[in-house]
Amino acid sequence: MSKTLAEKLLNQESGNIVIARVDLVFAQDTTGPLTVRQFQACGFKRLANPKKTALFLDHAAPSPNQEISNDHRLLRQFAQESGCLIYDVGSGVCHQVVAESLAKPGDVIVGADSHTVTAGALGAFATGMGSSDVAVALALGKTWLRVPESIRVAVEGEFPAGVMGKDLILHLIGKIGADGATYKALEFGGDGLENITMSQRLTIANMSVESGAKVGLFPADKITRDYLSAQGRAKDYKPLSADEDASYEKTINIDLASLEPTVAKPHSVDNVAPARELKGTKIQQVFIGTCTNGRLEDIAIAANILKGKKHHPQTRLIVAPASPSVLLEAMREGYIQTLITAGASILPPGCGACLGLHQGVLASGEACLSTANRNFRGRMGSPEAFVYLGSPATAAATAITGEITDPREMM
Amino acid sequence: MLKGKALKLGDSITTDHIIPGRYAHLRSNLPELAKHVLEDADPKFTSRVKKGDFIVAGSNFGLGSSREHAPLVIKMAGVRAILAKSVARIFFRNAINLGLPVLICNTDNIDDGDKLEIDLKAGTIKDTTNGNQLNFSQIPDIMLAILDKGGLIPYIQKYGDFRL
Repeated sequence: MSKTLAEKLLNQESGNIVIARVDLVFAQDTTGPLTVRQFQACGFKRLANPKKTALFLDHAAPSPNQEISNDHRLLRQFAQESGCLIYDVGSGVCHQVVAESLAKPGDVIVGADSHTVTAGALGAFATGMGSSDVAVALALGKTWLRVPESIRVAVEGEFPAGVMGKDLILHLIGKIGADGATYKALEFGGDGLENITMSQRLTIANMSVESGAKVGLFPADKITRDYLSAQGRAKDYKPLSADEDASYEKTINIDLASLEPTVAKPHSVDNVAPARELKGTKIQQVFIGTCTNGRLEDIAIAANILKGKKHHPQTRLIVAPASPSVLLEAMREGYIQTLITAGASILPPGCGACLGLHQGVLASGEACLSTANRNFRGRMGSPEAFVYLGSPATAAATAITGEITDPREMM
Repeated sequence: MLKGKALKLGDSITTDHIIPGRYAHLRSNLPELAKHVLEDADPKFTSRVKKGDFIVAGSNFGLGSSREHAPLVIKMAGVRAILAKSVARIFFRNAINLGLPVLICNTDNIDDGDKLEIDLKAGTIKDTTNGNQLNFSQIPDIMLAILDKGGLIPYIQKYGDFRL
């Protein structure tokens, strides 16, 4: 019986319900406190696997108010008592740290954050759950899962200049809709994968949940091996792919060469349009960062466009590297100096302005072009604000002109 | 048998509609957080909802974040069940884990304020205002068992493990 990648990772046919061992479980500072309380409410005292359990203080870090400070204190205490890993203020966005340091091909990963799907780029069955499910996974080291049916996304060709993974995933979500893959696995394959870097794969897997998907999976291949080696984790690599003749619910073919810079308009991720059609849309804040697009490659793309230029006087520019290693490398390469010279505010590694808690909250009537993954009403502050999603190239070009701009005009 | 009135909402109600990120500092103060439930979807929701009512929504209810606080504050508001044409995966699981039934059915012919009677065991919904009867999609056995125990925490307290 030929298997999809999802079926291989869970070792069962789609449609079945399995009890899966969990290789890594984590929560962050907005979901972690309830996770800890549910763990305690259940009467649990010990973690199944403390060294494969992590807490991240990233969503509102450093804390912007005393209520969140109390939540941070609760998580630090829990980490100390339970012996789990803790990534405190400034340690980066959970999904980036998981990709750099913790996830490996073949893992089952459960996180109390919907963008846990990011690690699917490494060939891990990584999915988001709520606090109760994660509390039980902390204690038992397992969870129950329905093995999803898979939708294959077959890519061919190469991205044209100025087009990248973000444009691919926005295009795909625009095509299938914000519920186009609900309960399903999105499995990326095809000859074009060899032209999609790990950084871009992480962006694509990250946003698969925006189509409702349970996981967004890539095979573990040469690019995965090279990435893990570069992280000093060569031993974590093993090749993984779907069987040649596995059966899919459907196949969507995408020619990378046919894509162009794409933007999701307010207030849903599937409300997409080519960036060029949105020319003239005034933007007051550009935000570059997050688990979607806060990696070195993203910052390099933005810095190359902003080099020698200034942000538009009516448009503030905020950049949040996704991890300390991204920030350090971006400094070594001179990207941070370029961005500061262009007038950017550099935030500490973390989620930054993404979810409206701090570090770039929008006022009523303002519009933001963000490289994040969600543009829901109220997401970044005022419910009367407008969030547009685009690539780091589109973001950088927009910061210069003060209105949504196709980055190919700046290249 | 559950009896209550329908509170109608539209399509694509996100977790940010249910509890916006701007109230994240209230997540360890649930009674305060609950005062803002659904305010970005229906500013009058908290004054309209009565204990035992049902949310009746369109497609893709609860899309977005994994924040379990979203179904939690809906439950705290007194909502006894959510009926929707479709629901986002994480929200569905979170609601069941809190003992809040989410029933997938065609909600087009239910109007705001209609009186509903729901039989969870039989899988039927009766709209006593217009006389229509509906069926809802089957829920997997493991979720029914979790629902039956009032949520995942009481389920695990009883059995100590998952039971297939």
